[in-house]
Amino acid sequence: MSGPSAAPRPARDPGLQPERTRLAWRRTALALTVVTVLAVRLAFTGDLGGVLLAGVTLVVWGAVLPVCWRRGTGTGPAPTGGRSLPLAALGAAALAVLGVALVLRGLW
Amino acid sequence: MWESIRRWFDPRELRSVGSTPDYRFSLANERTFLAWLRTGLALVAGGLAAAQFLPPLPLRHLREAIAIALLLLGGAVAVRAVDHWARTERAIRLGEELPASRFPAVLALTVGLGALLLVVAVLLRALGGR
Repeated sequence: MSGPSAAPRPARDPGLQPERTRLAWRRTALALTVVTVLAVRLAFTGDLGGVLLAGVTLVVWGAVLPVCWRRGTGTGPAPTGGRSLPLAALGAAALAVLGVALVLRGLW
Repeated sequence: MWESIRRWFDPRELRSVGSTPDYRFSLANERTFLAWLRTGLALVAGGLAAAQFLPPLPLRHLREAIAIALLLLGGAVAVRAVDHWARTERAIRLGEELPASRFPAVLALTVGLGALLLVVAVLLRALGGR
């Protein structure tokens, strides 16, 4: 409840919300990088197919990381929505599909 | 289905419905999406780790089955996260009730059941191995 004092308190919350969101984007970028490292390690078997699959994994990472980075380093609140969110989600889904392909490839 | 995918990528359409809310609500919605996305990425990382760090299991291809199950679950979590984010954003802008979802409960039960199966497997191995 707001007290009787009308003096405006220092605006802490408006500053913290964008900051928390930026840090959340950076954590997500970090998680994406960990997944990419694991996928490249699984893909890289030395033969041509392994090199190609590792390359595809790195391309997905290279496409999504700048998206996370832009959203995670901007100043002030970013506008609602934007393509960053679906792009990041589809990048994660693409890594999952790529992982399934890598596991199936290891079976034969 | 394609309609909703197109809608995820069209921020103008999202911004055209209802009225712009306090931006803190939008940012909170975005952070919730990111938390779900990291949950999905953690599942994907678990699948990739299972595929390459687990020793071959007594049941044929069980290791690969575990890895693929985790990977598919992780991908589903990521796609569902963006869909839920878009629907929540819409509801906030229109001043409607937030969309209800059974997904968190289903995911929690799935993970709990998987953990229980692994506990049983480890116990069976410990008791039967000696």
